[in-house]
Order: sequence, then C-alpha cells, then structure tokens
Amino acid sequence: MISFSHVFRRYRGGFEALKDVSFSIAAGERVAVTGPSGAGKTTLLRLMAGIEPPSAGSVIVNGQNVGQLRPRALPFLRRNFGLVFQDHKLLYDRSVFDNVMLPLTITGFDRKEAVRRVHAALDKVGLLGRENSAPIELSGGEQQRLAIARAIVHRPAILLADEPTGNLDSDYARDITDMFASFNQVGVTVVVATHDPGVLQRLTPRVIALAHGKLAA
Amino acid sequence: MSIWLGQHWRIFGDTLARFVRQPLASLLNVAVIGIALALPTGLYVALDNLQSFARQYSAEPQLSVFLALDAARSDAQALETRLRQHASVAKVEFVPREKAFADLKQGAGMAEVLDSLPQNPLPDAFVLHAKTGAPEAMERLRDEIARWPKVAHVQFDAAWARRLEAALRLGRAAVLLLAALLSVALVAVTFNTIRLQILTQRDEIEVSQLIGATRPFIRRPFLYFGALQGLAGGLAAWVIIAGTVTLLNIHLAELARLYASDFRLRPLDQADSLSLLAFSGWMGWLGAWLSVSRHLGQPVWDRMS
Repeated sequence: MISFSHVFRRYRGGFEALKDVSFSIAAGERVAVTGPSGAGKTTLLRLMAGIEPPSAGSVIVNGQNVGQLRPRALPFLRRNFGLVFQDHKLLYDRSVFDNVMLPLTITGFDRKEAVRRVHAALDKVGLLGRENSAPIELSGGEQQRLAIARAIVHRPAILLADEPTGNLDSDYARDITDMFASFNQVGVTVVVATHDPGVLQRLTPRVIALAHGKLAA
Repeated sequence: MSIWLGQHWRIFGDTLARFVRQPLASLLNVAVIGIALALPTGLYVALDNLQSFARQYSAEPQLSVFLALDAARSDAQALETRLRQHASVAKVEFVPREKAFADLKQGAGMAEVLDSLPQNPLPDAFVLHAKTGAPEAMERLRDEIARWPKVAHVQFDAAWARRLEAALRLGRAAVLLLAALLSVALVAVTFNTIRLQILTQRDEIEVSQLIGATRPFIRRPFLYFGALQGLAGGLAAWVIIAGTVTLLNIHLAELARLYASDFRLRPLDQADSLSLLAFSGWMGWLGAWLSVSRHLGQPVWDRMS
C-alpha cells in the first residue's frame, strides 16, 4: 500500500531529514514511526501524504509514484488519507460541525449523507452533542478528538497521525490510542508517529524506528 | 450533476453570507466601484442623448437655396427646372415662403413675435439633396448656385451637424479611455479585497489543501466574490445614472416647457444596462482571478516545506 525505496529528503540549506529510507506498509497494518525529536518522523508522514516531495528515491502510494504526480493530481492522492496534525490545524472561526464537514465539502459529498457522516464521526470520538461549540471551547483532549473526527469522516483507507497524544495526560492518551486500534480493527491502515511508550504498549504496532533520518535497526 | 450544482449554489450562498458579514467594507467597495463606473457610463449617456438630439436635425447633407425676396413665383419655377436638370442634384424640394412662415409660427414660442410683423420676412426656398455627400462637392455646388440670378443665399446645412458628429466621435473616444482607466481601478479594488480575504483565510486554505482540496475548489469562492462585488458595483452605477437622469429630467421638463419642446434625457436602455452589469461582473471576476493567481501561489509542494 505504501512503499518507500531509498528515500532522501533534503531541505534547502543542506539539512537531510531522511537518508536512504526503505520500508513498506501493507494494507490494514498498524505501524508506529518512532524516534527522538528531529529524527524525521514528521517528514516521513508528510512524504507519505504527498505534502512534500522526496529529494531522491521513490514513494509509492496505492501504486502511484508520489514524487512524479502532477500537481493537479495531488489533491486526489491526499483524499486517500486521514491526517491528524501535530498542531491539530483546526479552524477556530468555524463550529465543531463545520470543522468535521470540511473534508466532505471538499470532495463534493451529497449534503444529506455528509451530515449523517459528520454525526457518525463525532459519535465515534465522543463529541456528539458538541456540534455547535467553537473548537476553542473544547479541552486539549477534545480538540485532539475533533481533529481525529475530521480525519476519519471521509472514511480514508489510511490514517496518518503525528504525535496524537503529544500534550495529553495519560488517560486521554489511552482513549486516543484505543480509538486508533478500533479504526485499525475495521480495516483502516494506521500509521502513528510517536515517542510515547504508552502508545506503543497499548497499540502493539509494527515499529519503524528512526534516528537522525535513518532507519534504526 | 445535481451535487455539482448544489456545491456551486452553496458556494454562492457562502459568498453572499461573506458579503453580509462585513456590511460596511462591502458597501464601501461597492460604492467605490459604482462611482468609478458611473463616471464613464454617465458620460456615455450624455453623449447618447446629445447624439439623438442631433439626429433630430438631419445630418444628411443638404443645401438650402434662398431666393431673393423680390423673386416672383415664375422665377422660382425657372430655377426649379434648372436645379432638377443639374447633374449633381439628387432631389429638389420647393418650400414656398408662406409655408416656411407657417412652419416657423408653429415652432418654439415664436408665434407672438411673428404675428407682430407687418409682412412675411421669409423668401421662397429650395432644399437640395446632392448625389454625393462629400463636403467639397457640396461646397462646389453651393458656390455655383450662389452665382445664379435671383438666388440670394445658399447654405450648406449639414456643416454644423457634421462638426457635432466629429465632436461626438471625440467624446466617444474619451468615454472609452475613461472607461478603460476606471476599469483598471475596479480590477485593483477587487484585487486588494481578495488579497485581504486570502490573508484572513490562510489557515482554512492551508488545511483544505492539505486534506485534498483542488485548486479550482479553493479559488472558486474568491472568484464568486469578485464577480458578485463587481456586479453589485455595476448595479450601483446603474442606480446612480438612473437617479441622476430622473432628477435632471424633473428640472429639464421645466426648461423644455419654456422652449415648447418635449425633450427628455433618456436613461440607459436595456441592452446597455445589461452590458454594464456583465462588464462590471466580468471585471470583478478578473480582479479576483488575478489576485488568487498571485496570492495562492504554488500550494502543493513548496509552501509546505
């Protein structure tokens, strides 16, 4: 489903975030990308979702070479993914409902079905009844769950989450981790970047360990 | 298809909502665009009216041949024969002095003055249409006929009408120039409005791009907004013109009555009104398009890294 082959990612100024990284992830797997801060976890996820291009090597997603896609094809590649960003990237001038609605609006979903799905997604993360709240009224853990609801509402095949338990206390972190496990049980490929040992313990994923941009044995 | 239509309809609704959410800023923009468009449009309406006024007096080249006051009807008949035989004369119309006097009496407020005259001061006259309307030919004909016996004066009537036509052409060129300049202003206003909107919605644009929004999807609401704002500006210009014409007509009616005329200013006709709206909407769209192309940049790879 996802395969990296000799992938390098170099930034302007010469910093190499990824060096010769090769691995592949099969459909339905649950994977954790681990490593200390600055090891290249975020970069790895961004390359998967076609947010950044590889400097060398190839990133193949669903048989498509991400680095060679035309710019106008990229949005359609990204729709395969549900993305949970480290900084949430919620829209604070929109209601909870509208935040979750956004991916469906973008793909031009039928309105009635979309409303149903938004409710289903909010139900799954335990935010049903908070549709009309503003994201700023939610606690940190609730905001994280809102971000997850937005990531799963269009039923993506692959869920990418960057430090989803980053600033949460352990109870919240456990809830979130269980959520990812349950998504995986219904067939979603889950890739989580984390350095939280609690997540690894509970999720029991395959681990791709990074250190200084390289795969650590 | 219905989903597609529904999506467009929803974006249109969102655009209207965005318009209403910032009523003062939107109104000011619309006013600026409206006034900018009203200037050349108003000038156009003025020229249009002037032209139709001028058309009432034929711009078709003709010569008026006035006979001497002492010319008898038989002289006139001899002249008429001679004129009809002339190679470059197409049509001859005899205006007897009595008819000319009666016509004049019916004209603007002259009856009392004319009635007080002891006798008809007007001579018999001919109105000639030449075969070619070229001014030089007309002038040659005028000079020739003026030398004939019993002819007092020959007037080349079309001269002033032609001068007016030339002036109108100049005016129309000025309107076009002004319209072009102020269209640039319209585009600039829209460009800037959209730039500000893009800045305030940067987060939304970024997130949308990250989760799979296509470029046209991101662009669409801004283009709608530009077009709508331009259209509203065009409408404002139309209202300004219609209001001005109505107001002027109230005062003009008074003036025209004094001159026993029913002259009225005409507002924009249907075709011109539609052109104005289509043009303003299109200019707004163009401004938005330029702004979006400039400020959305290349979202896909580079901005994120």
